[in-house]
Amino acid sequence: MSRRKFDEMSEYDSSRDRKRRRTDAVEIEDRLESLIIRVGEKSTSSLESNLEGLASVLEADINNYKGKILKILSDCAVKMPEKTTIYTTLVGLLNAKNYNFGGEFVDMMARKLKEAVKACMWKTARYVLRFFADLVNCHVISTNSLLQLLHTFLDTARDDNSPQVRSDTYVYAVLSCLPWVGRELYEKKEQDLERLLKHIEIYVRKRSRKHMPGLRVWRSDRPHPQEEYLDCLWAQICKLRSDNWQEKHIARPYVAFDSILCEALQHNIPQITLPPHHSDNTYTFPWVVFRLFDYTDCPEGPVLPGAHSIERYLIEEHLHNIIKEYHLERKQCAAVLLDFPLKHKIPLEYMIVEVVMAELFHLPVPRYLEICYGSLLIELCKLQPATMPQVLAQAVELLFDRIDTMNVCCFDRFVNWFAYHLSNFQFKWSWDDWLEAAQLDPMHPRAKFIIEVLLKAMRLSYRQRIAEVVPEQFDCFVPLKPEPVYKFSIDTADADLPGLDTAQRLESVVRAKGSTAEVLQVLAELPNPLRENEDSEPTHNPLQIQVFVQTLLHLGSKSFSHAFAGISKFLKVFESTVGNNEEGQLIVLREMHDVWSTHQQMVVMLCDKFLRTQIVSCATMANWIFSKEMTSEFTKNYIWEILHGTIRKMNKHVAKLQREVNEARERRTGNESDDSSSDDEEQRPRPSEEEIERMEEKLETAQADQKNLFLIIFQRFIMILSEHLVRCDTDGRDFNTHWYRWTIGRLHQIFMMHNTQVERYSQTLSTLLFTQDLEPHILDAFNQFVALRS
Amino acid sequence: MEGGFISEQYLEILEKVMHPTVRAYGTARTTSRALQVFQKVQHTATEMSMMTPSIDLSSYRDQHFKGSRADQERMLHLSTTLYVGNLSFYTTEEQLYELFGRAGDVKKIVMGLDKFKKTPCGFCFVEYFTRDDAEMCMRFINGTRLDDRIVRTDWDAGFVEGRQYGRGKSGGQVRDEYRTDYDSGRGGYGKIVQQKMLPKLT
Repeated sequence: MSRRKFDEMSEYDSSRDRKRRRTDAVEIEDRLESLIIRVGEKSTSSLESNLEGLASVLEADINNYKGKILKILSDCAVKMPEKTTIYTTLVGLLNAKNYNFGGEFVDMMARKLKEAVKACMWKTARYVLRFFADLVNCHVISTNSLLQLLHTFLDTARDDNSPQVRSDTYVYAVLSCLPWVGRELYEKKEQDLERLLKHIEIYVRKRSRKHMPGLRVWRSDRPHPQEEYLDCLWAQICKLRSDNWQEKHIARPYVAFDSILCEALQHNIPQITLPPHHSDNTYTFPWVVFRLFDYTDCPEGPVLPGAHSIERYLIEEHLHNIIKEYHLERKQCAAVLLDFPLKHKIPLEYMIVEVVMAELFHLPVPRYLEICYGSLLIELCKLQPATMPQVLAQAVELLFDRIDTMNVCCFDRFVNWFAYHLSNFQFKWSWDDWLEAAQLDPMHPRAKFIIEVLLKAMRLSYRQRIAEVVPEQFDCFVPLKPEPVYKFSIDTADADLPGLDTAQRLESVVRAKGSTAEVLQVLAELPNPLRENEDSEPTHNPLQIQVFVQTLLHLGSKSFSHAFAGISKFLKVFESTVGNNEEGQLIVLREMHDVWSTHQQMVVMLCDKFLRTQIVSCATMANWIFSKEMTSEFTKNYIWEILHGTIRKMNKHVAKLQREVNEARERRTGNESDDSSSDDEEQRPRPSEEEIERMEEKLETAQADQKNLFLIIFQRFIMILSEHLVRCDTDGRDFNTHWYRWTIGRLHQIFMMHNTQVERYSQTLSTLLFTQDLEPHILDAFNQFVALRS
Repeated sequence: MEGGFISEQYLEILEKVMHPTVRAYGTARTTSRALQVFQKVQHTATEMSMMTPSIDLSSYRDQHFKGSRADQERMLHLSTTLYVGNLSFYTTEEQLYELFGRAGDVKKIVMGLDKFKKTPCGFCFVEYFTRDDAEMCMRFINGTRLDDRIVRTDWDAGFVEGRQYGRGKSGGQVRDEYRTDYDSGRGGYGKIVQQKMLPKLT
């Protein structure tokens, strides 16, 4: 066709044709994307032939779709780490056909790495590094340039001005890519590999392990050592090295294409300078590897890979990634976990249970809600009813066996999870196996575990059910019947009890739907016992508060809703009789507890209500928990439920005010540059500077309250623990009593559960409270917390 | 030249081979499987919500809702209140707080009551402070057990006075009017069946 005719025809082609060309192009892009994403999934033909076909298709018109292909491949490299070797093979094949494409891809990944480290996205950085390492196997990257990059990472260990967690992160990334490329480096660059490992060895030897005690699930290393994560991976890599880097777990599709790939020219990774440490940087917390099972726990069949085998590391990482990917859809999560590739080569249920429990017990806090793991385990039992429940039961037995040295945070989670799990299986359990626990001191971890589990189980059902489900030897563990104790009951009270008559009158007034004024009128009759001793006007009338609180709670004793309704209705009475007076607030709490001491859940709910309605302040709540009168309750779990709930409420309050201030500031500055009117502007007028100032003042007050709360709590801990240590020293007793273990554990729990908020006040804490002259055991708790970020 | 050199035929062959369960590209785009796979790389909000059936609205719509269909849909998508069904008549508020409190802070629980007897009739409303917490409930509590019964949670447009009462003729829930099985946790046989079983008075 002559050129002129072609031009004529182009003009004749209407815009409709141009549009069709564009849609065709977009459609093809999308189809290519879909193919790339899906490669490696179940298919009628082999992976090798799919890779070959896909590489051909992509290469055929690489110039038109290059940008899109580069982007998809680099995204897949990072977001699907289980398919690393599949994508490196694909890149390798493309590189063999088109050297420039390979170069551009390497550049793109290098940029991705730079962005990741700058944004503190350490998982992404690690996966990019791993991808680079595997690209060496595909002849896309030269071994020298990879080694150079690895050394750049290791050089972060030389920087003395940065925290250890920074260099840990980089060293961990280097170690975690060695399973992929170790063999290749061993074959081609053995000396360089040894030099690299030597550097790592020196680093691993000299680094501090101060953070470890606070991150262990069990204090004991029996029967399985609880290893620090970097130590464990180092040991695993050392074992791999001693096996001459022969690694059997990772599938390597590029091996089939070796003859093609070895013809390809390699690229060098562009020089990357790692950004220095900045105080705003956050790094992954270190952790201690959770070891529950070893191969002797598993029945005849596939062997559980040893603790120091690299397979254990690789499989566990993959299982954790599956949970991360699907944790919001528990049915799918369970299905994908049970469909693990290579599932016939390992005792899969054991590894799944260990991984799920590792997450549930993870310190400082689990990654997801505890109930996420609980419901996932139930789903797994549903899908695999012949094997899963038994493995879980075995796990529980082992956990109970080792509970003596279990960290308090994990103990709580174990209690909560086990009660919940039983509630889904009719509370059926082999309680008889644990009969010996009935002989133990109720504060012994085993006895306490059963007591607390039964309390939680009762909350999920009812007392009679629990009493029937356990053997009679456990009668001592069955909770008391939850019922209110009303001091002013006409049937049981002494006739001359002060306030008795008023209480009766108050009851009638409230039952007759009396108003706040009428209630106050009745209460006004009561004399004030404080007036006899003091010359000045007393700040509150304890008798009034007592009569009011007891009567109100007695009348609202039918359910939570009844109690809440009563409290809400008479908020003004609380305001008048109690107000901001701490003594008055303490009386409220004391009377409430007197009424409901057998119903722990009600106490928790009422404390929550008092805080929300501001009848009681957070500081007062904390002081109450540490008060002398609560000594007998101090080690019970529900007390800590209350305290953690209090801290959380305070944290949420501060966070909410912070959000509001930020939003207001944004609206203010945003609107300044906006001249077009939008719906938003009309609905919410621009906040004035005064309004923002007021909000900031509120925020500052809340932050001061938050700081104060933590100071009170930590101070009280230090006081009671020091007192105990001194007394034991004077009496010549061993301080390491059950009470001591629980209490120091609770202190540790505050640091763990609220570590982000406590971090903000770390300086103040070290200056005012956790000073060097403090008893070392107590100071340890603080130091371990600090070590999380150092 | 439009489209490049990629052979349309070759592309199709490859697609058939790599993903045999998908028939045509057109449907591939919209099957949840394809979206699942897209979601792995893109993680956009739309795709995430398409990928999460646990928090989807069910097909139930309250026929007594005061407002337009569009209002109802909007409220269901923003709601922090859940309807909870298949409870035992004996399940208490305390049990509900304990279980549902594990997904997040519960703001309020309203027990479903028999219209005449004013006793619990096997459902309730659970309101959370945030939508996120309510979603956690849909993900982790829906379909698990309380009092040995599998509870079902569903989005609700919000509690309004009057909605705490059963709408069955006998005062309980409609489902208890018509069911024919014996359920000891829900008053035994269904109401209509119970009527039939009464001895006839002469």
